[in-house]
Amino acid sequence: MPTLEIRDLHVSVETKEGAKPILRGVDLTINSGETHAIMGPNGSGKSTLASALAGHPKYQVTAGTVTLDGEDVLAMTVDERARAGLFLAMQYPVEVPGVSVANFLRTAKTAIDGEAPALRHWGKEVKGAMENLRIDSTFAERSVNEGFSGGEKKRHEILQMELFKPRFAILDETDSGLDVDALRVVSEGVNRAKDNTDVGVLLITHYTRILRYIKPDFVHVFVDGRIAEEGGPELAERLENEGYDRFTNGATASA
Amino acid sequence: MAITTDHTRAVADGAHSHAFGQGVVPQGSRAERVTSFDLADIPVPSGREEEWRFSPVAKLQPLFGEEQGAGGVLTTVVEAPEVKVEIVGRDDERLGTAGKPGDRTAVAAWNAFAEATVVTIPAEAVASDVTSIRIEGVTKDATAGHLLVHAERHSEAVVVIDHRGDATYNQTVEVVVDEGAHLTLVSVQDWADGAVHASSHRSRVGRDAKLKHVVVTFGGDVVRITPDATFTAEGGEVEMVGLYFADTDQHQEHRLFVDHAVPNCKSRVTYKGALQGTGAHVVWVGDVLIQAEAEGTDTYELNRNLVLTDGARADSVPNLEIETGEIAGAGHASATGRFDDEQLFYLMARGIPEVDARRLVVRGFFAELIEEIGVPSVKERLIESIEAELEKSMSVITGVAPAQGGEADPA
Repeated sequence: MPTLEIRDLHVSVETKEGAKPILRGVDLTINSGETHAIMGPNGSGKSTLASALAGHPKYQVTAGTVTLDGEDVLAMTVDERARAGLFLAMQYPVEVPGVSVANFLRTAKTAIDGEAPALRHWGKEVKGAMENLRIDSTFAERSVNEGFSGGEKKRHEILQMELFKPRFAILDETDSGLDVDALRVVSEGVNRAKDNTDVGVLLITHYTRILRYIKPDFVHVFVDGRIAEEGGPELAERLENEGYDRFTNGATASA
Repeated sequence: MAITTDHTRAVADGAHSHAFGQGVVPQGSRAERVTSFDLADIPVPSGREEEWRFSPVAKLQPLFGEEQGAGGVLTTVVEAPEVKVEIVGRDDERLGTAGKPGDRTAVAAWNAFAEATVVTIPAEAVASDVTSIRIEGVTKDATAGHLLVHAERHSEAVVVIDHRGDATYNQTVEVVVDEGAHLTLVSVQDWADGAVHASSHRSRVGRDAKLKHVVVTFGGDVVRITPDATFTAEGGEVEMVGLYFADTDQHQEHRLFVDHAVPNCKSRVTYKGALQGTGAHVVWVGDVLIQAEAEGTDTYELNRNLVLTDGARADSVPNLEIETGEIAGAGHASATGRFDDEQLFYLMARGIPEVDARRLVVRGFFAELIEEIGVPSVKERLIESIEAELEKSMSVITGVAPAQGGEADPA
């Protein structure tokens, strides 16, 4: 069974004042088919974990290991990680002027699979996936993310997750900024991907709201760059009622 | 009222600071620029003059002198069946009607040429094919050439001038677009390494006439093109489109001047370029003058540069001079940006290798402009040339990125 294994991960971010440590020893194991929610207050390092796993050049891994089925993820370039089966749905998807969504999707799919998708089948698949996510067909000819609303950008990210069929998907605050309808559409997309491909999901979120639509198997609470508490779905319910106060207060006290 | 804006310099590489203001000859209005057919009126520049301050004048020196022959290039015209081509002597009265030379290379070209090529699209004729003028460099001797493209009343045509080979070439292109005519003129600079090319394009646009003027510059050591367009009657429309790609030690300079001398004309200028490699230098200067009589003018100009590597430099200077308040619209924009690493990360995070991702971004940067050019044969050629530029310089592109390990097996 494919496994994404994170061991004692330390990550720093490049700042003007020098390298600033953000992650201070993260341990996490995700098996395919599992959904892990990572929750935590702002600044706890949730998004840093997502970016570091994808290989963003701004983040330096200073210690620890990340393996995908025993393969060293940290030794891979950004594109190699994606081809190995990692997918990051970004919090702030980037505009790429002049590159159409259709061209982008086909180019990425070809890179990930190592061969071009069969033309007719691919066309149908894209069309169907766009319909499911209520993305208007005219989007295929628009430039990637250019002029997209916040909700359109997030649906476009999940469209890619459904089409590229990664082994592990990291969703970096995909729910933030979405209204209830958009949240439901996006969540349906994630659940379809889970049903169809047995993808392992790392769901990073500040709010418990999305967990009503995407059921986590495990919940991890991130505080000050490491996992402070872990549990099942019931932990999310507790957070919904109590908030992060007891963790942040604790962190302040221990600092 | 005279409003002049000058967004001088957009230099993405801080190491190449430019000594702006030191010894530059100040200029009031663009309308005050000396124009003349007489060599004595426009002396050899020192390099400090406003119109030469960005140029490598030492390399252009052979094109400033009075000794320029005719043998350095071979000109071949393949015309559409409706189009007439003549070779005429310099005393032909049709020559010199599209305006006077405005700088030293232009006046030197005017005084040196022996024979001119005249391409006429007769009145009412609609050319059924592209007229192609191929100018091929054969020696490095300083050579002057003169071309007149005349679209007569209500004619329609596409004319493509294609420059190849190695040459030291000083050129005048006169463009006369009569009443109601629609002309697309494309000039492609696809020179071999070493070529030095100065070209003065002088266009006159008549009543309700439409000129689409396209410049594409890829090759040569030094290419300096100065397209001017003047409206002579109301209802004229000029669209100037430029696309350039500069590599290591190439100098590509495009200086435009649109003269709104009469009311109710429209001009649009869109120039976009990419730069890569140490010493790659592009210059874009866009002067637009709206004269006091030119009420109802509608003008907009845009220049964008994409800097792909360190050590390349872009200078971008839009100037808008407005002498009447009664206009429909006037504006300009200029932006020079480095290659966006976040775009690269986004594409690579979708499995696309770095080299392909960079290609996608550069193609995307030019995509809209290529569509605008609207001449299918030129469009295909352009896409191929951009691919070739990216191909030959991929080592430059990947050279700036950290060394990468072996390719992962995508399967």
